[in-house]
Amino acid sequence: MSILEVKGVNKRFGGLQALGDVNLSVQENTVHAIIGPNGAGKSTLLNVLVGKLIPDSGSVMFDGQSVLGRKPHEIAQMGISRVFQTPEIFADLSVMENVLIPCFAKRDGAFKLHGIESVSTEAGIVEQAEKMLDEVNMLDKRNMTASAMSRGDKRRLEMAMCLVQEPRLLLLDEPTAGMARADTENTIQLLKDIRTQRGITMAIIEHDMNVVFSLAERITVLAQGTPLVEDTPDKIKDHPKVREAYLGEAQV
Amino acid sequence: MLGLNSRDFKLFIIVCIMALAAPILLNPFPTASALGESFNAGYPALMQRFVIFGILAIGFNILFGLTGYLSFGHAAFLGIGSYAAVWMFKLLSYNVVPAIILAVIVAGLFSVVIGYVSLRRSGIYFSILTLAFAQMAYQLAYSVFTPLTNGETGLQVYNDDPQILMGAGDPTVPHFFGITMNGQTQIDVSGWSFVFQNGYYLAAIFLIASFYLSIRIFRSPMGLMLRAIKSNQTRMSYVGLNTKPYMLAAFVISGMYAGLAGGLLAAMDPLTGAERMFWTASGEIVVMSVLGGVGTLIGPVLGAGLIKYLENIVSKINDSVLHNWFSFMPDFMDNFMVTLIHPFIGKGWHLTLGLLFMAVIIFLPGGLVQGGQKIMAKFGRNKNTDAKDGADTPAE
Amino acid sequence: MDAFILQILNGLDKGSAYALIALGLTLIFGTLGVVNFAHGALFMIGAFVAVTMQKLFSLSFLTVDDTQKDFLGNPLKVETPYVEAWFGENVGNWLQDWSVPLAILVVIPFMFFLGFVLERGLIKHFYKRPHADQILVTFGLAIVIGELIKAFYGANPIQTPPPSTFIGTVDVGSWLGFEANTIAYPTWRIVYFAFSALIIAGVFAFLQFTTFGMVVRAGMADRETVGMLGIDIDKRFTFMFGLAAAVAGMAGVMYAPILSPHYNIGMDFLVLSFVVVVVGGMGSLPGAVLAGFMLGILQSFASMNEVKALLPGIDQIIIYLVAIIILLTRPRGLMGRKGVMEE
Repeated sequence: MSILEVKGVNKRFGGLQALGDVNLSVQENTVHAIIGPNGAGKSTLLNVLVGKLIPDSGSVMFDGQSVLGRKPHEIAQMGISRVFQTPEIFADLSVMENVLIPCFAKRDGAFKLHGIESVSTEAGIVEQAEKMLDEVNMLDKRNMTASAMSRGDKRRLEMAMCLVQEPRLLLLDEPTAGMARADTENTIQLLKDIRTQRGITMAIIEHDMNVVFSLAERITVLAQGTPLVEDTPDKIKDHPKVREAYLGEAQV
Repeated sequence: MLGLNSRDFKLFIIVCIMALAAPILLNPFPTASALGESFNAGYPALMQRFVIFGILAIGFNILFGLTGYLSFGHAAFLGIGSYAAVWMFKLLSYNVVPAIILAVIVAGLFSVVIGYVSLRRSGIYFSILTLAFAQMAYQLAYSVFTPLTNGETGLQVYNDDPQILMGAGDPTVPHFFGITMNGQTQIDVSGWSFVFQNGYYLAAIFLIASFYLSIRIFRSPMGLMLRAIKSNQTRMSYVGLNTKPYMLAAFVISGMYAGLAGGLLAAMDPLTGAERMFWTASGEIVVMSVLGGVGTLIGPVLGAGLIKYLENIVSKINDSVLHNWFSFMPDFMDNFMVTLIHPFIGKGWHLTLGLLFMAVIIFLPGGLVQGGQKIMAKFGRNKNTDAKDGADTPAE
Repeated sequence: MDAFILQILNGLDKGSAYALIALGLTLIFGTLGVVNFAHGALFMIGAFVAVTMQKLFSLSFLTVDDTQKDFLGNPLKVETPYVEAWFGENVGNWLQDWSVPLAILVVIPFMFFLGFVLERGLIKHFYKRPHADQILVTFGLAIVIGELIKAFYGANPIQTPPPSTFIGTVDVGSWLGFEANTIAYPTWRIVYFAFSALIIAGVFAFLQFTTFGMVVRAGMADRETVGMLGIDIDKRFTFMFGLAAAVAGMAGVMYAPILSPHYNIGMDFLVLSFVVVVVGGMGSLPGAVLAGFMLGILQSFASMNEVKALLPGIDQIIIYLVAIIILLTRPRGLMGRKGVMEE
């Protein structure tokens, strides 16, 4: 069953057709990669999915509901989480607080006027956050200020902030961009674990073919704002059009 | 205790003791002595200012300290609160209870409107918007709203005001169900005389309550959200949180604190004028909070107290006092020193304040609290935050 | 119709002052990325340079003229300005008369120097700090400058007349074909407007036609890239701060005859100039100039009696009202660029 259904989405910036008639269907419980050369419209598509951009035409349905016209926080409340190219965390807050915030957002919704009760008395929430930190092996760093951590730790923290909300769909924007080899391997492993242990649906935008082929179950190739082809990794590898348009240059 | 952790509770108790025992603690020198005349601060008019501006700074800190949104028009709410309170005196009676309640409510209503509009922008734009609103309020108080504000004369209570709830024997000064604000008890102990004023204690109780509420807000999920807004608004919305209502709540709470302070000012002295809303007054609120340590619990209270104290003593010093101090020097040295210091004292107080403020921003962005922490750290005591700062995060 | 033109003229001098201050604010913000709350204080320093010039030129020594008696019958004491004794009566008189325009010659190097010292000594340490800190430290600086002025010159406004040639009014109406004396306009204000137009044109020409200006404009657009090209952009930015200070100083000198300087004019003008910058669009030089004139003229229209009768108090708040409306409907101001201060 498909959880995310993109149909006939168009987006123009002035004279540039950033997205042209994009159709995409992400099946529940799969890892779906969207690849394509620079300027293919991957980031534009992602920004449409999270409500940052509104397309000129077309529809985006998440779990049977339209996401178009909703604000980013409303879409997040529907169950879509996003991991950024450079980790977006609360740099001035402690690691623990970073994870507490999404816990509150999950339980209390987009806004709740809870200005009197103390955070520390919210036993359920604190326990939930601790459990999450334990799973990503960061419990010992719980009181550390987030900005003081290494880049890899920041990435893991961001993942933890997304996962603790138990999203229906996790969007990943080049999660390994600019990472050293070892960090990339760690991230792949982390994502694989998430996939096997939690069964979360993921849509991933990635340049690194190594990452894509070790994770993805389905791949959509985007070129000049339009989907070129959508298939399983094996088929994509051998697809002549794809080799020509994209992989040819990547494998040099 | 009281829903506070032990560190916060300790801090709270310290503030309680400071506020309640201020008439004693702030009179360290015998009343008639030279030192006492210059440096004692334990008289009602000054102590009232300590606690009222303390309340104002605590409220401002909930906005600026937690969210990082710098309002340059906060004095507007102080002025609005004062006007509302004086109107209650004019219409109902001199009882301070309805006056203070209305001051808080009216300031709250104004801050809902002004906050709703201003918060659509952030950064410098937010500062300018709040400044523009405050300046508008100030200008209008002198022109269109003269029937409400009594223009340059200032709003005060006249004999022919309705005062419909005024009983025959009621006091003709602000009072709390008969206890007059300016009533006081004086206790003389050898050279010292301690003055316990009713009005001061009313304000002090409000300070304690305000401070308690501010600790609760700092430690609450909402306090966490507000700090998160300061840190990263993008992540806030992708986590599924709507920042606007949180910001508005912070703005309104802080506006209501200012309204309370304005109402208390009117309760101490039932007249008010538009100059309370001028941008310099807003600037002073900013200066107080930053000087003490923005984003920390106790910082703004310390800042407010320090500024009001320094204002009081520095502006009292004049050349003859200086000559007195330097009388041990040869004459030419004495004159030289006096000439050197002259621009900074008396009417030059604002110069001293400006320099002090700049020095703090440059060298101690975290204000006095950070300074205190640094000194403690130097002496190798790492549990420095115990007495000074209850907040988990140092100010920035 | 003549009343209409008169209001436009009335708005021009204030508008010129707003435009010049806003221009400097925008230059500093665009190049250095600093929000300078002390810029009004620089304008004020300019005005007080004019005051100082006038005082210096009228410094006098006393001589006793035995040939004349005062009304008490004592020998008459005559004050002779030093400049008259040194350069002769004619030159001395001329110097005193023209002290305000002459102050321009002093204010340019002085403000450049001051700007240089401020940028190197203070502002540069705040590039990496949050905008709030920049606002706060320059706000503190503005307090200090204002109070220093008060300490030296007192709190009262000091009258600073323009050269006698420019005292009086010009019948602008007759130039434009109206009846004589329907539109009389103070001569000095025309001078002020012309002077401002000249400075604005000069700044724009400088940025447009010199290599230096080109680099600065590129730096305003994208600082990092220009830095990567190996151009020492910091030095140029220091110069820009000096230039902005000099522009504010000149605006202040020439404004002294219009509004007697006192220690608070810096802040009065700053608050309004900031509003001007925001309306014009943060980071847009043409926007700052346009908004400056526009708001000056708007303010003058709002202070017409007919308008005030219709909307009481509007003259006091019109600028703020416009700013609020613009900020809410066109967040980038009239001509602001995308992405400036949008966090």
